Amino acid sequence: MRGRRLIDYLASKSMRLTAIFVNSIAFLMIFGLYWKSRPLLALKSLTHLLTSDVWAPLSGKFGFYPFIVGTVEVTAIAMVFAVPTCLLAAIYLAEYSPRRFREGVRIVIDLMAGIPSVIYGLFGVIVIVPLVRDLGRALGRPTTGYTLLAGGVILAVMVAPIIVSVTVEVLRAVPMEARETSMALGITRWETVKHVLLRSSLHGVISAVVLGFARAFGETIAVLMVMGNVARTPHSVFDAAYSLPALIANNYGEMMSVPLYDSALMLAALILLVVVGGFHLAAHLALYRIEKRS
Amino acid sequence: MKRRKLEEAVVKALMIASLGLIVLCLAGILFVIVLRGARALSWDMIFQTPKGGYYLGKGGGVANAIVGSLYLTGGASIVALLLSLPIAFALQRESSSRAFARFTRLALDLLWGTPSIVYGAFGFVIMVFFGLRASLLGGIIALSLLMLPIMTRAMEEIIDMIPVQLKEVSYSLGATKIETTLAVVLRQALPGVVTAAMLAFGRGIGDAASILFTAGYTDYVPRSLFDPAASLPLAVFFQIGTPIPEVQERAYASALILLLVVLGVNLLSRLLSMRFSRHTIR
Repeated sequence: MRGRRLIDYLASKSMRLTAIFVNSIAFLMIFGLYWKSRPLLALKSLTHLLTSDVWAPLSGKFGFYPFIVGTVEVTAIAMVFAVPTCLLAAIYLAEYSPRRFREGVRIVIDLMAGIPSVIYGLFGVIVIVPLVRDLGRALGRPTTGYTLLAGGVILAVMVAPIIVSVTVEVLRAVPMEARETSMALGITRWETVKHVLLRSSLHGVISAVVLGFARAFGETIAVLMVMGNVARTPHSVFDAAYSLPALIANNYGEMMSVPLYDSALMLAALILLVVVGGFHLAAHLALYRIEKRS
Repeated sequence: MKRRKLEEAVVKALMIASLGLIVLCLAGILFVIVLRGARALSWDMIFQTPKGGYYLGKGGGVANAIVGSLYLTGGASIVALLLSLPIAFALQRESSSRAFARFTRLALDLLWGTPSIVYGAFGFVIMVFFGLRASLLGGIIALSLLMLPIMTRAMEEIIDMIPVQLKEVSYSLGATKIETTLAVVLRQALPGVVTAAMLAFGRGIGDAASILFTAGYTDYVPRSLFDPAASLPLAVFFQIGTPIPEVQERAYASALILLLVVLGVNLLSRLLSMRFSRHTIR
């Protein structure tokens, strides 16, 4: 009996320890990345690094501004394409379609979420980049096709599964009575969605969009493959651009041979972690509240 | 009234068009990759490692990347499984307070959303700390960090759904917590555990950013944990980046192999989960 108790005690303690370990990973990552980026932060202030637009590692100039602009803009373009499409599709799935159809589409969406980003990138290189090149030519803006726009389109496709599936879940969480009440008043389905459902699940829908935003913000390989990667602030959607994750991924080869280069890249990773983490924190807290209510 | 009906019809048409567009994107991606990949795929691609001059269009294949990917993701799956099972068990109602469970769930959700390039960078920091070079081990560390939250969160959700009565029966017979967990909870949750592991495996094998500077790339099959390891996603990435058309063709073939592996894992997880659910009590 004593042996069994002892085993139970040891097992639950060690399981508890693993759980505490996973809770500390985020802090460990922030600390580790900060530790590596400190040499650079000791020389230049964070605001200077974030607002300077000169990127010349060989002469010790690390201005993140073009990359931050590139990342924010490509993500914004993706959201412009993805948000209306995904919300409409999600409303259809949650409110209009029969159950079996919804289950079927869910499998398709899961499949889409599981496709590796390098394959999305390859699709971008084969299909989207030539399309953008033709579009640019037609509009009198000759480009190589490797542009901000191409990155935005690919990201829009990549974030679609997240936005759709979270929105569907949020809408399904609204109690049936809310729909019945409004329909009993002679209101059409769309008006019910517009006035009742979207209003009561606004936080959830915003969270879905924020989760998509965060995903797009940190996406690396696909963006790296289609955006051209020029360290200059882009001025139009037909310009090449460079995102923060792409910057890290593209320069790991040289980073050990140039002083402070590794610090700069680790700082970029830290910025990504903090920004994406912040968005996720806000979105998940909102979603938990919805889950608890339903 | 007519205007309202019209609005309804227009919005509904837009919705169907949107959904169609999304499904069409997926179909388009599958179609393009399969079409372009199938043309370049051959047995040599699957079973041979790169020969001399491979990157100039000479003979060979991506067997190094296929095996490397399996080693990396297999190793990372084992590490992640060993960590995620205890965590998922520890989050059960009788083992931890609600506040602790909720906090851990939030932490896991945050980790899930963390970009894979950040795991790559953090993996690099760990490797510098321990004096490791780009190697299979480094890749496994970064990849298992990436897969851990996916696996744990999926498992924990399944375990949370197990009826309390089932556990209470076991407790009432005098079983301890760990005995109940292993004999009742684990068996009951087995299909979910398998699905969770496969889900994470599928995510891990397709991820390129986390292993870019932790696992490195090599033309050889790794012999030990301290050798660098090639991987399929990076094989696609590097080969499409060269200016030589023959090599680019191979990127398409590699992408098709990767896609088939990912889809295969997906399908297999569905089948296995059906198979294993024979042991569960409903």
